[in-house]
Amino acid sequence: MLLVHFAHPPWGAAAVYRCLGALMRALFLAVLLRDLRLAARRRIDALLPLVFFVVALSLFPLGVGPEPETLRHIAPGVVWVCALLATMLSVQQLYSGDQSDGSLEQMLLAPQPAIVVAGAKSTAHWLLNGAPLVVVAPLAGVFFDLSGSALASLIMGLLLGTPVLSLLGGLGAALTLGLRSAGMLLILIVLPLTMPVLIFGAGAVSAVESGQSAAGHYSLLGALLLGTLLGAPLATAAALRISSE
Amino acid sequence: MLAAAALGGQRGERLLFDGLDLQVQPGQVVWLRGRNGRGKTSLLRIMAGLSSPAKGAVLCGGVALNKQSADWRRRLLYVAHASALKEDLTVSECLNFSAALQGRRHSPEEIHTALSRWGIGGLRQAPVRTLSQGQRRRTALARLALPHPASIWLLDEPFDALDNEGVQTLCDLLTQQSRRGGTVLLTSHQTVPLRDPVPLTLDLDSHAIAS
Repeated sequence: MLLVHFAHPPWGAAAVYRCLGALMRALFLAVLLRDLRLAARRRIDALLPLVFFVVALSLFPLGVGPEPETLRHIAPGVVWVCALLATMLSVQQLYSGDQSDGSLEQMLLAPQPAIVVAGAKSTAHWLLNGAPLVVVAPLAGVFFDLSGSALASLIMGLLLGTPVLSLLGGLGAALTLGLRSAGMLLILIVLPLTMPVLIFGAGAVSAVESGQSAAGHYSLLGALLLGTLLGAPLATAAALRISSE
Repeated sequence: MLAAAALGGQRGERLLFDGLDLQVQPGQVVWLRGRNGRGKTSLLRIMAGLSSPAKGAVLCGGVALNKQSADWRRRLLYVAHASALKEDLTVSECLNFSAALQGRRHSPEEIHTALSRWGIGGLRQAPVRTLSQGQRRRTALARLALPHPASIWLLDEPFDALDNEGVQTLCDLLTQQSRRGGTVLLTSHQTVPLRDPVPLTLDLDSHAIAS
C-alpha cells in the first residue's frame, strides 16, 4: 500500500512527511521484531548474558564473605559492574552477524535513515539483555542483604541506566565492526563512556542506604538517557556507514 | 538512466579502476566482467551508494547519488554475493524482512508465487539453515520475482550456485525487467547466457564496452 502512495504522490509535503514517518516506523518495527524473533529461536544464546550476570553476582558473597554489612556496602558497585560486563558480553554480536551475512548492507540500503536501524537494534538489545537484568535484579537483594528501599533504588537505576548501556554498546559495536580484536576494542571504547552511569546508578543505592534522597541521581541518569538517546543512534548510523564502506 | 562519470574506485590504497564512464539506459542489461580483483563488486557497491568513489560520481537521472532523495533507494534492488539470509528465519520471513526494508508488504500468496517461480515454493516455511547453497541463492533471487520490482537491479554474481533451470529462470526475469524499462547491472565470471536483450559488456580490464 505504501508503494502505491509513493508511486503516485498526489498530495503536499505534509502527506509525504506522514508517509515517511510511517515508513520509518515500519522499518523500526521490522528490524526490532526480526531481532526478537531471532533471539526467540536462539534462546540459549539470548540467555547467556543473563546467566553470566547472575553467576557473577553470586560469586561475590562467596568470595568476600558472608558479612552482611560488607555485602550491603559493596552491592551497588558490584551489581552495576556485573550489569556493565553482561552488556558488553552481549553487544559484541549486535552488528557482526548482520555484516557477515549481508543483512547490514540491505538495511543500509533502506530508503529510511540508518539511524532508524541503529535505534531498532539498540532497542532490541535492551529488551533482550537490559530489561532481563532489571527483572532479575531482586536476586541482588538476596545475595547482598539489601533493604527494600535500596533494592527499589537499584531497580530504578537499572531501568534508567541499562538503556544507556545498550545505546553506547551499539555505538561501540558499530565503531569496531570488522576490526581485528573488535571485542577488546569495544570494551576499551565503551567502558570509559559508561562511567557516569556506573557512578550515578551505584550512587543512588548508596544514597538511599544512607537515608538520603536518590532523586538527584535519578535525574542525572534520566538526563544521560535522554542525551544518549539523542546522540548515540546518530553516531552509530554514521559508524555503520563508515564500517560498511 | 544510471550513469558513472570519470569514476575511480579503490580498495585500501590500491586503485581498482579509474576514469570509468558508463551509461545504462532503461531496458539495458550490462554485464560487468574482468579478472579477479579488478573491482567488479566494488563498482556495484559504489553504484548502489554503499561505498564512496575515489573519483568521479554516480548519477541517476542526471542527479548525483549523494544529492538524491531517499526515495531513490526504493527504486534500487541490490543482491550481493552474501545472500542476506538469516539461518534461523524461514524463507518466507527472510523475504518479508527484505520487503519491509523497502517499505513493502507482500501477501503469503505473492511470496509463494515468487518462490514457485524459482521452484522452491514448497520451502516457504523451511528454515534457511536447512537449505542447500543453490536453494539459498534462489531464495535471495526470489526478490526479483516479487510484485512491484525495483527499476534498477544491481546483481553481484547472480548465476553462482544456480543449476541450468535456475539460470533459465534468472534469464527470464532479466528479460522481463528489460521489457518493462528497468535497468540491470550484473557481474558474472561465467558468460551471461541472456539472448533477449543481448547484454552490453563492460570489461573492467580495458574499460571497453561492447554488445
